[in-house]
Order: sequence, then structure tokens, then C-alpha cells
Amino acid sequence: MTMSVVWTAMVAVAVLCGAATGRGAQVAAGAAEGAKAAVDLCLAMGGMLCLWTGVMEVMRRAGLAQKLGRLLRPVLKRLYPGEDEVTLDCVAANASANLLGLGNAATPLGVEAAKRMAQRSGGRAGDSLCMLVVCNTASIQLLPTTVAAVRGAAGSANPFDILPAVWLSSALSVLAGITAVKLLSRVWRDGP
Amino acid sequence: MNLLTTMPVPLILAAVGICALGKRVNVYEGLISGAGEGLNTLVRIAPSLIALLTAVYMLRASGALELMADLLSPVLKWLGIPAETVGLMLVRPVSGSGALGVGAELMETYGPDSYIGRVAAVMLGSTETTFYAIAAYFGAARVSGTRYVVPAALCADLVGFCAAAWAVRLFFGTGG
Repeated sequence: MTMSVVWTAMVAVAVLCGAATGRGAQVAAGAAEGAKAAVDLCLAMGGMLCLWTGVMEVMRRAGLAQKLGRLLRPVLKRLYPGEDEVTLDCVAANASANLLGLGNAATPLGVEAAKRMAQRSGGRAGDSLCMLVVCNTASIQLLPTTVAAVRGAAGSANPFDILPAVWLSSALSVLAGITAVKLLSRVWRDGP
Repeated sequence: MNLLTTMPVPLILAAVGICALGKRVNVYEGLISGAGEGLNTLVRIAPSLIALLTAVYMLRASGALELMADLLSPVLKWLGIPAETVGLMLVRPVSGSGALGVGAELMETYGPDSYIGRVAAVMLGSTETTFYAIAAYFGAARVSGTRYVVPAALCADLVGFCAAAWAVRLFFGTGG
């Protein structure tokens, strides 16, 4: 339902603003251009996107996700104090799937962890659950393949040259999220 | 080191293949089934890309995006974020394919290797569809009160956006 409001608002603002600035003809042309651009984009990035999901699948089958999960264990233990081993296993698997950009695999694993956390805290959002969700909204991806595919489609000389910048900024973003959760969990007062 | 910068993708492909073969993984079968999965993803996001890019191109042609960029530019300037990315930042937390479309439009207009094109790419690569993730997780765990999750997640997004612009300046400068 949210997207319905967002989409309608975008179109309505475009019509109103176009009428006000006298750019009606351009807005009309924009509608046709946008629809075409979407299909062009899909075709242009499709090859790279599929190639990379294939490579990621091979990495997953070679056990890279489990290896990453084991590496993450000590950090996660500190982020989610008091959670049992099974929950931590789910969180580790969720985090490593996110790192590898396996969104389809990451969500069910994270949801499993979320369910266990909610059960333990009696159906309310405990600090662990909040941490899990915030970490998932600010996830770090080692190889941002979709973005690289879009850059390649736009004719970039080297679609992956943004890697260090992506790592740095996603690390800072996750750090900010974790800090915000730690601070807010101390000062947040729940309503009645 | 030279090889790594001139052909990073072929190197990754070869390394993954060799590693996986060493573990007796059926490399080719995995590659094909993963690529099929990618095709599913593509088919799934295509309809929303069409809907959202239509709206975005209309917004862009109407001058509404520039108006918004002008309005917010003092704040953005202070944060070190190029004002052209304002549409991307507004769509990012709400819609993943919408953000992809807006970002692609920016890369197309300014060039993928320009300052703005790179900032858009790094923003896309280092943030997630915040509200979608919150809805998915809290819905699945049947927990209704989200407590401080929304402010904390938006704080992470904002830091991600600022850091994206900063990191691109750090590694590439503002030229290009």
C-alpha cells in the first residue's frame, strides 16, 4: 500500500509541477522514455547480473558462507548477548549470506532468528531483535554485483572500481546503525 | 597486483572455479542454476522498474527534482552530498528497484565514471531497502511495536549516504 501512495504522489507531483513550469510536453515524453529506459536497463544489465548470481551460487556451494559465518561468530556473540547457540547460528548464516549478496537466502535465515528472539522475549521487540533488523537494513555486501551490472550497462570503464568506496561507506553505515541501537536501547522508554 | 586491477572479474571467476573444483563442487551446474535464479530476480524487478522509472522520468522532466534539490541543497552541501542525488536518497529506503532505477538514470545522465555517477553507485551498494526489511522481519516475527528500529535504521542510512560521497571523494576526487 505504501508504494501505491509513493507512486501516485510521484506522478501527481510531476503533472502539477510540469503544468506549473510549462513543461507539459517534456513530462509526456518522459513517461514514454522512462518505460523504455526500464526495459533497456534490464536487457543491458541482465547478462552480468545472471553471471554474478551464478558465481555466488558456486561460492555458496563451495562452503564460503559457512566459513564467513564461523569468522563472524565472536563479533556476533557480543552484538547479541544472551542469545542461545541456535539463534546465533541463524544470525551468522544470515550475516554471511548478506555479505555474499545472497538476498534470497539471507531473508529466511534472518526471519528464523527473529522468530526465536521474539519467542524468547515474549512476543515483544527485544534489543537483540532490534539489532538484527537494523543490521539487515544496513547490510555490508562484499561484491555489490547488481550495482556493478548497472554501471557496466551505463558504459563504465571498470564497473568494480567502486569496491573500496562501497566497503568503507557500508562499514561506516553499519557501525552507525549498531551505535544507534546500543545508545537508543539505553534511553528508549516504551509507551504503555 | 597489476593483474588484479586490469581484470578483476576474470580473476574472481577463475579463483572461484578453481576453489570450488578443489572442493569437488559441480561448478558448471551451480553456475547455471545460480544464473537461472538471477533471471528470476530480473523478471521480478522488471515490472516495478518500468512503473517507477516512468514516474522518475516524469518527475525529472517536470523540474520537480531540481526544485527539491535546490530546496535541500544548503543541508546537503553542509553534509557534503551532491544535490543531484536527492531523488535517490528519498527513494532508497522505500523501494529497492525504484532506487536502482533512479541510480541508473543518474549514471546514464552524468556518466557512470563521473563524481555523481560514482556517488550514486556507492549509495546503492552500501545501503538497503530499510522499510521493506523492517516490515518483512517484524511481520514474520509477529511483533508489532518496532520501538527505536526506525530512527536507528534511518540514522545508519544517513551516515551511509554521507560516507558514500566522502568515500568517492577520498578514492576518486570530484573530477571525472
